[in-house]
Amino acid sequence: MTDTPFVPSFDSDASEGGRKLAIICSKGNLDMAYPGLILANAALGEGVETHLFFTFWGFDMINKKTMDDLKFSYLGNTAMHPPGAFGVSMPQGMAGLPGVTALTTKMMKKQIADLDVPEVPEFLDLIHGSGGHLWACRMSADMMKLHEEDLYDGVEGIISASDFIELTEGAQLLFI
Amino acid sequence: MPTTTIAGRTLDVNEEGFMTNPEQWDEALGAELAKLIGVDMTEAHWAPIRFLRSDFAVQHETPTLRRVSTQAGIPVKDLFALFPGKPAKKMAYVAGLPKPKGCV
Repeated sequence: MTDTPFVPSFDSDASEGGRKLAIICSKGNLDMAYPGLILANAALGEGVETHLFFTFWGFDMINKKTMDDLKFSYLGNTAMHPPGAFGVSMPQGMAGLPGVTALTTKMMKKQIADLDVPEVPEFLDLIHGSGGHLWACRMSADMMKLHEEDLYDGVEGIISASDFIELTEGAQLLFI
Repeated sequence: MPTTTIAGRTLDVNEEGFMTNPEQWDEALGAELAKLIGVDMTEAHWAPIRFLRSDFAVQHETPTLRRVSTQAGIPVKDLFALFPGKPAKKMAYVAGLPKPKGCV
């Protein structure tokens, strides 16, 4: 017991110490889109200045034509097992059969939705609304002949790798 | 279990200072808790806090920022403006509830 109220310290390191996080999203598979989005959202909720840089296949996460339609295939992923059936392996050859990617994508989307975790476009809305910064890679845009109007509206700009390195000075960095 | 005295009331708190007994809370106390973390409560602040209380009563879990936004219809941007920095934790604190456990 003390006369001074015991209060959680909310504004300690992150907001005052200027903690920054940079996340490079380079994959366009459904399962690889989520780690970056979830960590970005968590960091923003902790008051951390957060920047996401979308490059190569990661462009599919912010391309208006693909962002709502990312897919999951377990081809090449030997860790895949049917939901809840740990230790039961799925034949790799089956992953290549027509229609299997659609099925596994549907299954994964359902599991994600069951946790009340949003789909990619809505997740971007959440991150954008929380003050997260979204950047697109210049070289990828040039390769894919994409322009700002092709990308999610919250993307602040198409910038070079050097520009991204410059604006994330002092940041912790994740490459996904 | 540690306790602390706020506004003349003895409250059960955890090691971080979050209240552990939601029964000890009322809105007058919520306003005091808010003051301690630099927030002056307005009607706009009370809307999410009241949602947290009613949702916790049903779900027995503190809603995440996204849940507050989608279920109470308050844009995330507004929640960050009302409770700057760490809105989910600050709202939980003011509402006398545990920190949210969910990732998203």
